[in-house]
Amino acid sequence: MSSDVRFTDFKSDKQPTWCPGCGDFGTMNGMMKALAETGNDPDNTFIVAGIGCSGKIGTYMHSYALHGVHGRALPVGIGVKMANPDLEVMVSGGDGDGYSIGAGHFIHAVRRNVDMSYVVMDNRIYGLTKGQASPTSREDFETSTSPDGPNQPPVNPKALALASGATFIAQSFSSNAQRHAEIVKQAVEHDGFGFVNVYSPCVTFNDVDTYDYFRDAIVDLDETDHDPSDRDQAKDKILESEKEYMGVLYQDENSVPFEEREGVEGSMAEIPDGAPEGAMDLVREFY
Amino acid sequence: MPEDLNWAIGGEAGDGIDSTGKIFAQALSRAGRHVFTSKDFASRIRGGYTAYKVRTSVDRVESVVDRLDILIALTERTIHENEDELHEDSVIIYDGERSTMQDVEVPGDATALEVPLKRLAEDAGGAIMLNVVALGAACEVTGFPIENLDESLEKRFGDKGEAIVENNKEAARKGQHYVQEEYGEFDYDMETTDEDYVLLNGDEAIGMGAIAAGCRFYAGYPITPATDVMEYMTGRVDQFGGKVVQAEDELSAINMALGAARAGARAMTATSGPGIDLMTETFGLVATSETPLVICDVMRSGPSTGMPTKQEQGDLNMTLYGGHGEIPRFVVAPTTVSECFWKTVEAFNLAEKYQTPVFLVSDLAMAVTEQTFSPETFDMDEVEIERGKVVDENDIDTWLDEKGRFQAHFAAADGVSPRAFPGTADGAHMTTGLEHDELGRRTEDTEVRIEQVDKRQRKVETAREQEDFDYREFGDPDADTLVISWGSNEGALREGLTLLEEDGYDVRFLSVPYIFPRPDLSKEIEAADDVIVVECNATGQFADVIEHDVLERVQRINKYNGVRFKADELATEIKQTLDTPAEATQ
Repeated sequence: MSSDVRFTDFKSDKQPTWCPGCGDFGTMNGMMKALAETGNDPDNTFIVAGIGCSGKIGTYMHSYALHGVHGRALPVGIGVKMANPDLEVMVSGGDGDGYSIGAGHFIHAVRRNVDMSYVVMDNRIYGLTKGQASPTSREDFETSTSPDGPNQPPVNPKALALASGATFIAQSFSSNAQRHAEIVKQAVEHDGFGFVNVYSPCVTFNDVDTYDYFRDAIVDLDETDHDPSDRDQAKDKILESEKEYMGVLYQDENSVPFEEREGVEGSMAEIPDGAPEGAMDLVREFY
Repeated sequence: MPEDLNWAIGGEAGDGIDSTGKIFAQALSRAGRHVFTSKDFASRIRGGYTAYKVRTSVDRVESVVDRLDILIALTERTIHENEDELHEDSVIIYDGERSTMQDVEVPGDATALEVPLKRLAEDAGGAIMLNVVALGAACEVTGFPIENLDESLEKRFGDKGEAIVENNKEAARKGQHYVQEEYGEFDYDMETTDEDYVLLNGDEAIGMGAIAAGCRFYAGYPITPATDVMEYMTGRVDQFGGKVVQAEDELSAINMALGAARAGARAMTATSGPGIDLMTETFGLVATSETPLVICDVMRSGPSTGMPTKQEQGDLNMTLYGGHGEIPRFVVAPTTVSECFWKTVEAFNLAEKYQTPVFLVSDLAMAVTEQTFSPETFDMDEVEIERGKVVDENDIDTWLDEKGRFQAHFAAADGVSPRAFPGTADGAHMTTGLEHDELGRRTEDTEVRIEQVDKRQRKVETAREQEDFDYREFGDPDADTLVISWGSNEGALREGLTLLEEDGYDVRFLSVPYIFPRPDLSKEIEAADDVIVVECNATGQFADVIEHDVLERVQRINKYNGVRFKADELATEIKQTLDTPAEATQ
């Protein structure tokens, strides 16, 4: 790791195809800043991306990266980190990827608490398939496949995370560049699973959860007396339906990452040219 | 056929049938006798009927047979379930004092040995040892020196303290003495030898092979009959710096293993039919991201939940063709328990040399069979690790493009690209399940598409040239009858061949462990009058594949650049094909 890494080092030479004004630009910039400011460089960083508009991020960033199967980004990230804890692993995806098709993996990744960060670009819509309801869409949000609205309440991912034993829960907003980068940086620095839900508005298909809506609705936790180490306070704010909070809602300072609990010590990549020393003892066990 | 003895203990699930059977099998193995075990079991924790069967001989035994010489029956149902295998010299040991076993009818001329198992166990220190009393009784009937059983009891109960071990030894002797005093001599005489054997099943052999091959990461979800692979590796792989992770489902398991492999670890997942269905989603990603991954399928009866504790080789098509699109892959099916070890080692080498998914296809029959081998069968010095084109800081420059970007999907002549583990300076690169260019970045460019499809397919052709995908041959090489099989049927067929020979039938037998790429059998088939393909499924999936291989070739027009066929283009292509000699198009 070199100290002179700039956030633009994490930028690839591929131009994003996101719509002009898409929240994902800001989300990605914050991710790159957070990685650079935490002393990482592209060669020790592994980005895993899901499917959807958000999933394209691996192409626009420069690092080791895998753009996988819809909904399975988190398991890939866990595998990377378990096999080489020296790598900085960041997983990114959208609300459909993380809370619908990948919801099962989300709650288990949260409780497994592997030391990685998970940045979800939550635009409350399916953008790449041109505007269908997502798991975080409002109950009455009319779309091509839900003309009367989904008629079911949206998933509350932060509540899911809290209930699953999360050690770090944060909410961010792509438009607030500085705060967003700070929050992602805190998630990267957290010893465990750093979960950041990012409001990352879709300017093309979501005319309800817009920049204006979020700007008006969001309260910065830094401007309140919120104590992120207090799980009850976090719970109250997460379940509050009238307000949108930005900042670290909950952090367990005593978090010990899964791979550390499991005694994984270093990279698993290096192996001997033949069977490892002591392998014949495995045979003798069968006497 | 070897001079063999067939022994079984049966009862309800929860009666300790498995562990008792294993104790006896281990005692036989320690006494230098070969052992081949099998299980009758159901998918339930308690009740029903379950049995552990042991075939033993001083010669190698490779199969089960339909004959039972000694049966320990803890329930009346055990006797009925095995009625067809009993004969006039069979001996049935059961507890006639047990309320449910008082009016037991022993079939045919078999000898009934009523031994008060529970009472004798209580005399030795506790009713829980009644199975061991039965083992002692079986020792007496078979003329097997009971001291050999002692060692096995020490291994099984050693960690519970000396008193428990001694009580069990005493319980065995009570059973032995009771039979001695009440029933006198039997004709069986089990000799022992000075050989030292190890006793293991196919799942354990796969797990041991994986660790020997340098596998350091395993992710899986418990499923019969693959769970033993996971249980074997848990704790053991840790001693070599590795880890087993129990995932929330198979979708996650294969993706975790994929992630670990991207990070440079040798990684594996193992499952059975229903789990393979879920994992199918990720097969294509493994192939297009060119990630070395071993995917093990321990087959059981399907479809759907099927018969989870019964044998079937029904997933051949699944492992050969599973997944949408066209997925270059390798399919390897070990043919014996010991080959489960060696083919696992080979699977890891193939995966890394060619950066592809490798399917390691085993089945329930091998998973539940405990078989004896000389320890040299698993000579760890013979294990070779080939990691393929891994590049490091020193040689990575060769693989950077003019802008200094690493070409993880470089379209090399042999199809195999360089591989840089994350952490390697200047190696940062993207890969994706989307079609991509040599840098791993998405593209829909028709020429790049064709270049990447071709380079991935070329790996298979390279492997055909470089690897020895051969069959294993048995029987009479000049016979007019050719029998072909794959997977775990090899042992039963080898012994079956001996029986056929006794009846005057000469057979040439080819046991095929490589399903794809596979050996070309056209000459062998051409030379035979009759060709029979043997497999444990209803439709003959391997037979279909073999027939396909020897069919007359058709000429082909293929297009895969992402654009549909056009009328004028097709007319031209067909004319060109007709004008080209058939040989040249293949």
